[in-house]
Amino acid sequence: MVIINGEPKDAAGKTVMELLASMKLLPERTAVIVEGEILPKSGYDRILADGETVEIIGFVGGG
Amino acid sequence: MADALVIAGHEFSSRFILGSGKFDLDLIRAAVEHAKAQIVTLALRRVNSFSGNILEHIPEGVTLLPNTSGARNAEEALKIARLAREAGCGGLIKIEVIRDSKYLLPDNYQTAKACEMLAKDGFIPLPYMYPDLYAARDMANAGAAAIMPLAAPIGSNQGLAAKQFIRILIEEIDLPIIVDAGIGKPSQACEAMEMGAAAVMANTAIATAGNIVEMAKAFRHAIIAGRTAYLAGTGRVLDRGSASSPLTGFIQD
Repeated sequence: MVIINGEPKDAAGKTVMELLASMKLLPERTAVIVEGEILPKSGYDRILADGETVEIIGFVGGG
Repeated sequence: MADALVIAGHEFSSRFILGSGKFDLDLIRAAVEHAKAQIVTLALRRVNSFSGNILEHIPEGVTLLPNTSGARNAEEALKIARLAREAGCGGLIKIEVIRDSKYLLPDNYQTAKACEMLAKDGFIPLPYMYPDLYAARDMANAGAAAIMPLAAPIGSNQGLAAKQFIRILIEEIDLPIIVDAGIGKPSQACEAMEMGAAAVMANTAIATAGNIVEMAKAFRHAIIAGRTAYLAGTGRVLDRGSASSPLTGFIQD
C-alpha cells in the first residue's frame, strides 16, 4: 500500500507518471511530494514502494 | 501600454485582481471575463482527480497568481511556492502566512522572512500583509515586487478599515500597493484607487454577491473610475461654500 493524500492506495510498483495518469491528472499542472520531498518532473519514472507516502498537489480556487 | 500596472516588468492593463475562491466552477469564467481581470489568484491543495480542475475554467491568457495559503511560517511558504513552480506557474507568488484562525491576520514577521527566502529562490514575491510601514519596507528590501496590504480581515467584506495606514504605504513605499482582502463593495474599491492604490484584489465581495457576474462588472467600473479620478487629481476641499454659478449678473425684477 502507498499512502496517497493520506489514504492507503494499491499503488506499489506503479511509477509516479502511471499514478497521475490513473488519477487523470496532468503532470505539467501537478506537483508531487514523495516521502516529504518535492519530486522533480525528471523523477516521475520513480517506482513507488510499499509504505511510501505521496502527496499530489494541484491548483484549487483561492484568494 | 498607457497607464499600465507594472509588477516586476510584467505589464497589465487591468487593475482588478480577482481571487478564485468560494466560486462555483461554472461561474469563474464569466466572473473573470466580466471583471476583465488579467490576474487571478489560486491556492494549492491536495487534488485527487482532474475532473473539476479550476484551470479549465480560467480564460486563456490570464496570469495565474498562486498564493501560499496554508503556510504558518516562512519555510512552509517557500515549500508551497516551490510546489506552485513544479505545477507549472511562473515566478509571481502571493505570499500569505497566517497563524491566527479567528481574524486570519497575516504574520508580517514571517511574511518578510518569506519574501527574502522566495526572492533568493528566484520567485517574485507579492506579500499579503498587515499595513505596517516598517514591515512593508522590510518586504521591499527583501525583494517584494508589490505590497498587498489588507483593507480589513480576509473575507469580511468590511471595507477600507485600514485606510489611513494603507495611505501611508502608498505615500512612502516605491512599489505598487495592491489593496487586498476585506473590500466588500465597489465604492470601497473605488476609494482605494482614488487614493492611489495601484490595484485592488477582491474575491469574497464578488463570490458572495447576489449576482456574481453583475458584481464583477460593478467592481471593474469602480476600479477604473477610482484610477481615473486619481490620475485626474481630485478637487480641493473647503470648510465654507464656494458658489459654482456666477455671483454677478443676477436677474432683476
